[in-house]
Amino acid sequence: MLIVLILFPLLAAALSYALPWYQGRSWVLAVSGAVHLLLSLWLVIPSPVPLGPWLGLDALSRLVLVVTSLLYSGCALYAVGYLNLRRDRGNRVIIPCLLVFLAAMTLAISARHLGLLWMAVEATTIASAPLIYYNRNRLSIEATWKYLLLCSVGIGLAMLGMLFVAYAALVGGSTPVSLQFDTLLAGAAGLSRPWLHAGFVFLLVGFGTKMGLAPLHTWKPDAYGEAPGMVGALLAGGLTSVAFLAILRAVQLMNAAGDGAMARQALLGMGLLSLLLAAIFMVRQPDIKRLLAYSSVEHMGILAIGVGLGGVATFGAMLHLVNNALTKGCLFLSAGNIQRAYASKKLSEVHGAMATLPLSGSLFLGGFLAITGSPPFGPFMSEFTILRGAFGSGHTLIGLVMLLLLAMVFIGMGATALGATQGEAVKLDTKFKDNFLLVAAPLFFLLLVLLLGVYLPAPLQTALKDAAALLEVKP
Amino acid sequence: MSTLLLLIVILINFYVLGSARLVACIRAVALQGALLSLLPLVAHGPSGHALILGVGALLFKGIFIPWLLLRAIREVRIRREVEPYIGFVPTLFLGALVTAGAFVFADFLPLAAEHHAGLYVPAALSTMAGGFLLLMTRRKAITQVLGYLMLENGIFIFAILLSAAIPLMVEAGILLDLLVGVFVMGIVLNQISREFATLNTERLTALKE
Repeated sequence: MLIVLILFPLLAAALSYALPWYQGRSWVLAVSGAVHLLLSLWLVIPSPVPLGPWLGLDALSRLVLVVTSLLYSGCALYAVGYLNLRRDRGNRVIIPCLLVFLAAMTLAISARHLGLLWMAVEATTIASAPLIYYNRNRLSIEATWKYLLLCSVGIGLAMLGMLFVAYAALVGGSTPVSLQFDTLLAGAAGLSRPWLHAGFVFLLVGFGTKMGLAPLHTWKPDAYGEAPGMVGALLAGGLTSVAFLAILRAVQLMNAAGDGAMARQALLGMGLLSLLLAAIFMVRQPDIKRLLAYSSVEHMGILAIGVGLGGVATFGAMLHLVNNALTKGCLFLSAGNIQRAYASKKLSEVHGAMATLPLSGSLFLGGFLAITGSPPFGPFMSEFTILRGAFGSGHTLIGLVMLLLLAMVFIGMGATALGATQGEAVKLDTKFKDNFLLVAAPLFFLLLVLLLGVYLPAPLQTALKDAAALLEVKP
Repeated sequence: MSTLLLLIVILINFYVLGSARLVACIRAVALQGALLSLLPLVAHGPSGHALILGVGALLFKGIFIPWLLLRAIREVRIRREVEPYIGFVPTLFLGALVTAGAFVFADFLPLAAEHHAGLYVPAALSTMAGGFLLLMTRRKAITQVLGYLMLENGIFIFAILLSAAIPLMVEAGILLDLLVGVFVMGIVLNQISREFATLNTERLTALKE
């Protein structure tokens, strides 16, 4: 059944490439997104299916699958409205690429073999490069080139990390050597330590590049800044979660081998650095989409810190993964609307968005409040849980530094976000108007985030607990 | 036999690091890929797995990818790498240094007993380092792609030690990813030269803080 979930977007990609009807292609994307979401829910909600040798869903991948699929289906619906505005650019390339991207992400999420995981993550890089290049101008070429080269090299290093893990098994004396994840976990105690550690570092650096953890985040502002808003949403909410899942696999392996402390320290270090660098670059950021990119670096940092702290904070990180993906969806999609309306994403031209575009402007402001952790939105709850984990486990200093940096982010991001949304209405040169297709998805995401802030349904709570339990050290 | 092959591979690293002619560099990397495709057969004997892996690597690394790159530079009409960030002689010197370092370092690694004698690990390390040097010191986007390919070649050498751990299907997928990746890079190269009338990456600096 899982294989259908991976293959049908590929079929839809072929169909949309062949279809000679502009809106028809867009609707193929939207329908595929909805079908993917329904199928994922149908796969996830009943009792867990046993893991296969190649594919399977454990608690972690179930969580990431539902979040990614939810975000994707919203973005796919938005795409119908968005691509209708961009008839000059066409959709014959972007829609098949988006669908292949969905298939690659699903494969990466459900892979139970490290080699297959690697292959799928590299495929997401290749499929998303044309998405970033959609606008076909000098800036988007530059962004695409940096993304493609940096991520390919990064993923190359992850491959090396994977080989080191296999070598750890070889030196450790297990025969036959296998990169099947459950086999590796079962034999983790026998892995050769130096090679396992080297493997973990390379996996962290490799998939960390893809996830955008500082100091490997340099492609992120360029790529998110130049890509269309919905692509930014998919990268910031979906792809980063997938890359994070790949890193969590490495953490699981280190935990099973009894070296979880080292893995957690590495994550804590990179997480704090990401938070710090993002906070610095967000202050006086004149470009709203680059601002969102740095916000993504910040939240990747928070995820890493959450898992790095362990305990309650891991639960917080799992919840934050959901919140971050949905809030980023709302922010990037509404920022895309604002950019279409003002024909600019620079603060020098964008102001008074709330008065000019009541819906998109308010959604952007709401998304800003949510992502910076203002109550009653979901990210407040998850960040609060992570902070509680920090103070509760005696990491007072880390908790204080985190609080300080979050305050700095709030002020830095607030200056730009309020500057863009407040002020008097502007007369627009473009014919852009908010319509149902363009605001339904971001509104839905924002409402979900609001709901998650006030009420955490019991099934979701169980799912998050199960996911966090996989990352706990077993005695 | 494997020692001879790996020595030639290391010599090719030096040739690419020291050469300014792009066509020659692409051909050298192609030759390197083709030589590496013999390695699985040499290392593991003529089994079906080794044979398929060898043929796949020969097709992709030795023929398809170089052909894509040669076509890309024919279309954009560039022949030479000019003014690298670090000159050719210093890069060669650095290359020699990291190769020597790789040999020394490999001796200290806790390798499995059967891998201590061969040149696999030092050759893998020095080829990866050579790829990184190319990536960092050259201006032309196409040389950066070559650097990436050299890095992948280095990883491939290391992977041969472990080919039992990686099933054939995954290997095929990895090679295919590499091919499609370079294909997309080729398209982007083409667009760069159309927009900027050059393939120099220092023109790609409009996006910064």
